[in-house]
Amino acid sequence: MKQPFENVVAQHGATVLRVCRVVLGPHDADDAWSETFLSALRAYPDLPETANVEAWLVTIAHRKAIDVLRVAKRNPLPVDEVPEAPTGRDIPDSGDSDLWAAVKGLPSKQRQAVAYRYVAGLAYAEIAEILGGTIEAARRAAADGLKNLRKKYPGAITRGASS
Amino acid sequence: MNDIRHDDDMAALLSTPVDAGTLSRLHRRLEQAAERANLVDVAYTTIDSPVGKLLLAATPEGLVRVAYAREDHDRVLEALSQKLSPRILRAPKRLDEVAREIDEYFAKHRQVFDLKLDLSLSRGFRRLVQTHLPEIGYGQTRSYRDMAELVGNPKAVRAVGTACATNPLPIVVPCHRVLRTDGTLGGYIGGLEAKTMLLNLEAAA
Repeated sequence: MKQPFENVVAQHGATVLRVCRVVLGPHDADDAWSETFLSALRAYPDLPETANVEAWLVTIAHRKAIDVLRVAKRNPLPVDEVPEAPTGRDIPDSGDSDLWAAVKGLPSKQRQAVAYRYVAGLAYAEIAEILGGTIEAARRAAADGLKNLRKKYPGAITRGASS
Repeated sequence: MNDIRHDDDMAALLSTPVDAGTLSRLHRRLEQAAERANLVDVAYTTIDSPVGKLLLAATPEGLVRVAYAREDHDRVLEALSQKLSPRILRAPKRLDEVAREIDEYFAKHRQVFDLKLDLSLSRGFRRLVQTHLPEIGYGQTRSYRDMAELVGNPKAVRAVGTACATNPLPIVVPCHRVLRTDGTLGGYIGGLEAKTMLLNLEAAA
């Protein structure tokens, strides 16, 4: 039986937002989230009942994030532009701005693989479907992404060692 | 071993906190966009009332379901997902007028509901009976036998009982105004306490 779409939003809304933040950065994440769930609502009646709903949502979010990036490339924002929404509260502590810079600096495939693996918790086979390569390539992209993140953001290792 | 711990650490760092306020703001935005795109086949909300928490659900046609808490709102929504459409969203705006009229009813400021109804959850004889229920005026009662006669099938007393028991729009479609021939309550989807409460409310007006 297919559950009401509201349950899908309640169960996966937070994870999809976290994924969007990693792929796009905190400022564009809200837009990508909205586009993702609107598209998902449209397509929901046709989703097979056996489908992995989270992987399906991440797949849609992936496409929406690419759209957002494409638009951003076409209309580059002036550097002094202030984001419209007061999202300060929603963004992880400003102390982690180094982390976001490190995430932003990753090649997009690595950033996506890291988000889908470590934030959404998808299997490499599902990530390969989304990224359009082999399972091995997906595994490598996630591993390389993580390695690069650790290099540029040593904070994670320090924290890990001290805990 | 270390790698795994560090992976977990990085995963924890990247899995940023999402507070309830952010999610409800995004939800409201989704409600608006989905309504504009005509993608909400069933909108719902819940309201507090003197007979407990009520679930209100509407299609674009009109109010399609009123449910008491004892019916289990999650189950009711699952049934709507199966019978009507899984495109179900908590979108209170579509129910504003319904909620207002129900509030007025319980405040004794309203005796007749003026709402668009969607009776698509009922078929055949049940639907026929439910269509005639609003003819029983505020503060009045009828017996199951009276209703059977009213719909032109005097022998269908039990079927009238079933039609009342399966009324998808209790309170708004007043099945609580139908009693046994001997004047005792009979059953009620919201429980006998709720039925008594509604009858007393209307009698005291």
